[in-house]
Amino acid sequence: MANRQRYRNRIEILQGTLDLLVLQTLQWGPQHGYGIAQAIQASSSDVLQVDTGSLYPALHRLEKQGWIAATWKLSAKKQRTRVYRLTAAGRRQLASERSKWQRLVDAMTGILARPQESES
Amino acid sequence: MKDRDAELREELKRHLDMAVEDRVARGELPAEAAAAARREIGNLSQVQEATRDVWGGRWLAHLAQDLRYAARIFRRNPAFAVVAILSLALGIGANTALFEVVDAVRLRPLPVSDPDGLFEVRLATLEGARGNFQSWHPAVTQPVWRELQERQQAFDLFAWSRAGFNLSESGEARRADGLWVSGDFFNILALRAAQGRLLSPEDDRPGCAPRAVLSHAFWQRAYGGDPSVVGRTITLRTRPIEIVGIAPAGFHGLEVGRTFDVVLPLCAEAVLSADGKGRAQAGTTWWLMMFGRLKPGWTLERATAHLAAISPEIFRSTLPAGYPAVSVQGYLAMTLIAAPGGQGVSQLRESYSSPLWLLLGIAGLVLVIACANLANLLLARATAREREISVRLGLGASRGRIIRQLLTESLLLVTIGTVCAVVLAGVMARWLVAALQTTDTNITLPLIVDWRVLGFAGLLAVATCLLFGLAPAIRGTRVTASSVLRATSRGMSAGRESVALRRALVVVQIALSVALLFGSLLFVRTLRNVLGVDPGFRSEGLLVANVDSTRLGLAPDLRAAHEALVTERVQAIPGVEGAATVEVVPISGDAGGNDVWPERNRSARFNTFVNFVGAGYFKVLGARLVAGREFDPRDRIDSVRVVIVNETFAEKLGGAAAAIGQRITRESTPGTPEGTYEVVGVVENSAYLALKDEPYPTMYYSGSQTDAGLATRLMIRSSLPPTATTASITASLTNLDPRMTVSYTIVPTMIHDTLVQERLLAALSAAFGLLAAVLTMVGLYGLIAYSVTRRSTEIGVRMALGASRANILRLVLRETGVLLAVGVAVGAAVAMAGGQTASSLLFRVRPYDPLTLIASIVILSAIALAASYVPARRATCIEPVVALRAE
Repeated sequence: MANRQRYRNRIEILQGTLDLLVLQTLQWGPQHGYGIAQAIQASSSDVLQVDTGSLYPALHRLEKQGWIAATWKLSAKKQRTRVYRLTAAGRRQLASERSKWQRLVDAMTGILARPQESES
Repeated sequence: MKDRDAELREELKRHLDMAVEDRVARGELPAEAAAAARREIGNLSQVQEATRDVWGGRWLAHLAQDLRYAARIFRRNPAFAVVAILSLALGIGANTALFEVVDAVRLRPLPVSDPDGLFEVRLATLEGARGNFQSWHPAVTQPVWRELQERQQAFDLFAWSRAGFNLSESGEARRADGLWVSGDFFNILALRAAQGRLLSPEDDRPGCAPRAVLSHAFWQRAYGGDPSVVGRTITLRTRPIEIVGIAPAGFHGLEVGRTFDVVLPLCAEAVLSADGKGRAQAGTTWWLMMFGRLKPGWTLERATAHLAAISPEIFRSTLPAGYPAVSVQGYLAMTLIAAPGGQGVSQLRESYSSPLWLLLGIAGLVLVIACANLANLLLARATAREREISVRLGLGASRGRIIRQLLTESLLLVTIGTVCAVVLAGVMARWLVAALQTTDTNITLPLIVDWRVLGFAGLLAVATCLLFGLAPAIRGTRVTASSVLRATSRGMSAGRESVALRRALVVVQIALSVALLFGSLLFVRTLRNVLGVDPGFRSEGLLVANVDSTRLGLAPDLRAAHEALVTERVQAIPGVEGAATVEVVPISGDAGGNDVWPERNRSARFNTFVNFVGAGYFKVLGARLVAGREFDPRDRIDSVRVVIVNETFAEKLGGAAAAIGQRITRESTPGTPEGTYEVVGVVENSAYLALKDEPYPTMYYSGSQTDAGLATRLMIRSSLPPTATTASITASLTNLDPRMTVSYTIVPTMIHDTLVQERLLAALSAAFGLLAAVLTMVGLYGLIAYSVTRRSTEIGVRMALGASRANILRLVLRETGVLLAVGVAVGAAVAMAGGQTASSLLFRVRPYDPLTLIASIVILSAIALAASYVPARRATCIEPVVALRAE
């Protein structure tokens, strides 16, 4: 059961990191909500599963802050789809979020890499 | 907002479509794919809700939605809504009304520009001041005022005093309230005339030709607001006086609670007096109050120090000739101080401040009881709505959202209640001021619903809403969907905790009700005790006639004969049983006092009230003579000076019998030298200043042995109704000389008026106590009824196992008993503490009176048992079979 296996390996996305993931994904070009979810899932080798109930509030929040912009586009099948793209402000925000994230990772790694002390 | 919603729905639909397409492309069957995609995306409406919250501004839409929903619920359950709104309107309304009055007498500054910059200059104490006191508020004499103006540099200062005028030229007097003011009065207050001009320093010169300014209200009332009044004259004290202008509307002078009709300069007081000198020159008439603003560069501290520094010189240079030797030291030691004066002065404020604050506190407690009641009702409703709420939680509503919605319901109740309350408060406040009104004092209290009043009502509303709404809302949403949906429709799941909270609320209600009932009983007993006081005379059928003969312009040697003639005429009127002259009408608030001693024993000096009464006065009054004789025509201006004393006075002389024939010396006063009098009679004690006072030595001089004035006051006993008597007296006196005017005081009415405070406290506290008891009854009934419903299965089982109806009744009433016991215990403690704060307002009843406490506990217990008896009866009628089958 590959499906179940995949499910077991999934990790809940950390609070606050979804915004960074969305911005990072949109860096490669405009995308709709479903596409963003799929891209995150795919680029994390199916480890990260994006919950729709978090994704759309996040998209609308980022849009409100002016970091991404949305337009309705007609798809190949002539269907209206809402497509998001990164704005200039969003690009700056991405850079700052990335460096913040990097510092956090470095710090965490530093702590976790320290040899474990005996508890007794 | 609608478009945005539609777009979001479309966006999510596309998301779902694409997920299905992907799955189908991966080879899943379309039906399976659709189901799986749906599962993956989760609760669509929850996603929408969460996204919408990001947009912001949603709370407005939510509020509208919640309000609609709340209104629908109230329409479906109008009884609850009406009870809730009514109790809130009464609770908040009573508080707001009292606050409106407190605001008007206590908090609001005078309606002049920069009221905070206004200061009062007055005597630190009245010790050392002797003479004639014309003001209820500490005041100074004309010489002190002049000397102060001469020497002080700190203030722009003015002086003023109350004045009374009679507008009628013949027959019954028409009173006009006036003010004497120094020339700078209007300038310093920075007031502008509504018509013409106001008084200026040029109008206030010794020997001036008096000019008058009318109040706006008087101008409207007496002249219909006719602008041509300016330049015409008004006749006051037989003199035509030019009207130079009209004061601005809304200005009622510096005394809160009173108003004026006409303002005259200080100089006019002397000009208009019968002897042409008036009180103005006298250094022993204390009548002027002084207000002003600090000059640039001065502070209150510096000004106070300045006043203290110049006080000795002022009093040294104004010491009146012939001032009583014992008081000279005191006079010279007097000091002037400055105090903030932005709120003016107010007799009303001084007499009613503490009763008003107390009533406000009582009304606050009633509001707390009403809140507890509403919280109880809402808790009961929350229990009934558990299923609805759990279904909504199950369908994806967040708990916060439901709490908000339940609070919106409370908010709607409070908002409607508060709007009703503000309207109600206006009516109640006006009623309250009318209740303070007496025949003698014309209380003018502009009740303005200002920001303070509205803020107070708003604050109350918010506090109330949180107080009764929050706990039920939080409690009500602490349910899990499954537990309730599984439970029976009876709401058996209602937690112990919820019931405990409701019990606590009822205990609070009982405790506060006991305290409020106790308080109201104390005030009712106080009123009864005051009404039961024997004044020492028969007040029924007594009336006082004040005859003013100023316009006759009689020479001093003709006045005594005129007074005798007036007395005779009144005595001759059919229905009049007797009439005698009097100076101080008992219980009228007027008073006079002197130190006296037995002629040869100066060390046995004591203080006594004094009065001047004519022949036959005690017979008219209905006071019994204990020994000796009444004054009679033998007591003439040239015969031996005689006095009659009361029993308390006689005790100082060794008893009534021993007192007769003793000689009493009276201290010298600023007006008269020391004098000795022979006691010819002893009369039983009677009230002098107030009904509540303990007996005090009182000495009566013979009116016929005193210089007669142009004003004659007669104490009259009549067997006819007062209105008939006054009409005959007016007719008879006008017939004697049409230039005489007369005004009347009906003694029983006057006594009634002195008890305004006791009446008000008794009536309002009783009303509040009753309201509290009714609210508690409702609360207790609701709780017991709920408890019976909740325990119906248990009761059914008990009855099936053979419990009798009496057992069941006892079972239910036991719950009431426990609540009552706890509530009463707490309430008794609260009552004791509360009684202590009210002790100064009580009369002949102790603030911790055990009998009153027991009475209030018994009353409340009876109410509580009555409230729980109905549901308890219902419990005994439960059919065991029905109750068990319902399970």
